[in-house]
Amino acid sequence: MIVVDSITKSFSGNVVLDNFSSKFEPGRINLIIGRSGSGKTMTIKCMLGLHQVDCGSIYFDNRNFISLSERDRKKIRKEIGMVFQGSALFDSMTVSENVMFPLTMSSKMTKDKMIERVNFCLNRVDLKNVNDLYPSELSGGMQKRVAIARAIALNPKYLFCDEPNSGLDPATAKVIDNLLKEITYEYKITTVINTHDMNSVVDIGDRIIYIEEGRKKWEGDKKTFLETDDKELHYFKSFSKLFTK
Amino acid sequence: MYFLTAIGQYIIFLKKIFSRLEGSKILFPKILDEINDLGMSSIGFVSFISIFVGAVVTLQVAYNMENPLLPTYLIGLASRDSLILEFSPTMISLVLAGKIGSHIASSIGTMRVTEQIDALEVMGINSASFLVFPKICATIFINPFLIILSIALGLVGGWLAGNITGICPTEEYLLGIKYEFIPFNMAYAIIKTIIFAFIITTVCAFFGYNIKGGALEVGQASTKGVVYTSIFIIICNYFITHLLLN
Ligand SMILES: Nc1ncnc2c1ncn2[C@@H]1O[C@H](COP(=O)(O)OP(=O)(O)OP(=O)(O)O)[C@@H](O)[C@H]1O
Ligand SMILES: [Mg+2]
Repeated sequence: MIVVDSITKSFSGNVVLDNFSSKFEPGRINLIIGRSGSGKTMTIKCMLGLHQVDCGSIYFDNRNFISLSERDRKKIRKEIGMVFQGSALFDSMTVSENVMFPLTMSSKMTKDKMIERVNFCLNRVDLKNVNDLYPSELSGGMQKRVAIARAIALNPKYLFCDEPNSGLDPATAKVIDNLLKEITYEYKITTVINTHDMNSVVDIGDRIIYIEEGRKKWEGDKKTFLETDDKELHYFKSFSKLFTK
Repeated sequence: MYFLTAIGQYIIFLKKIFSRLEGSKILFPKILDEINDLGMSSIGFVSFISIFVGAVVTLQVAYNMENPLLPTYLIGLASRDSLILEFSPTMISLVLAGKIGSHIASSIGTMRVTEQIDALEVMGINSASFLVFPKICATIFINPFLIILSIALGLVGGWLAGNITGICPTEEYLLGIKYEFIPFNMAYAIIKTIIFAFIITTVCAFFGYNIKGGALEVGQASTKGVVYTSIFIIICNYFITHLLLN
């Protein structure tokens, strides 16, 4: 379980994340939704220590990430998988080298075991015969899937995805959503996903956190989300056909 | 003020490069890759420049020694000394700052703006040391060879120019380049090269690593990297010369 306790982040006086607290439970998909620029990416990056927070704490199963040394953080980081908004594949490496990279860096597997694991992960995201291609030779959706394969290579306990299906056609988006759902339930991963896609909310969200201008405005499970007529959410929901009768 | 902040950040960056290094099993292959990427690919370019610079140096020395009382072999001697002391180590390092320095700044900068550096950090890897340390090792190792090659080819270029124009026949030239050779001059050239290699890699990497923004900033960072590297090299050149040749 990840517990975020009132974190605040500002850039030269401009507050982009304001006193954000929440809990993320294992085996569930936690969605962070909000409009573009509302601070979804910032929330995830602060949780991962990519941006230093001004104040607050973040606990990964009772280990306070903020107060740990870099060496101890590394232990937690080995348990984390992250899919970036722009995939962030290493463009000097082939697909299989990308997926193998976390294995070479922080596991003691033999070469054969690694290759086996790489093929397993690529299979899991429905990619075949692309092992020797470079990221620039793949389509956006394929890159996203390679990024997911890389993120799950080390069997993470915590999985973060920043807009995993933005810029994808609805069919591919659905494939990716289903994939994330399956692996979350299968391996009891604590999954945190940023999205502004209402289809994803309906399809895979177990818990939903709505943020606006860096502040948490609403939080609850999917059923409540669909039924509520909370006025904070109303504005956001009003843009989706799914909610306008 | 901006300058002092930048110097401070540069020192912190250096500290980050040399802390929490990965094991040799990971670093060694990366160093070999970088030697290939940064060093081997510069051989042709460096050779081409060196031959012509050597030829020009010889012609200029000859042009300045029209006095018939001066022996012809002095042309070879003067060319040799200018090549070893200044032209090869400093000029080729400046040229390499343009070639490999801009490559380093833009490749690391691209990794920054496409979040590849964040991806490394999330995996618990010290991105600064992982990316820059192998490059430092590679350039410190390979640049001295490039400079020695450059000196050798510069001398060949000088010999060709002297021969073709007939201002310095082969025997005189050979006598000149062997005359009162001071081995320490070679050491001086190599020490300079190693220091310059360190500057090229770290300063350019620093500008690439600290990019904020997008593709436009990648271009700006590589320009800035090359400019500051050149300035640093010229200033250090003065102090190293002062220290070693006095
Ligand atoms: N490095 C930075 N320096 C200063 N401000 C930043 C930085 N990164 C993000 N911001 C600001 O933080 C706010 C939140 O940005 P963030 O990237 O988290 O948005 P987002 O919700 O992920 O949007 P999108 O859906 O478009 O990806 C924005 O107003 C942005 O301008
Ligand atoms: Mg975002």
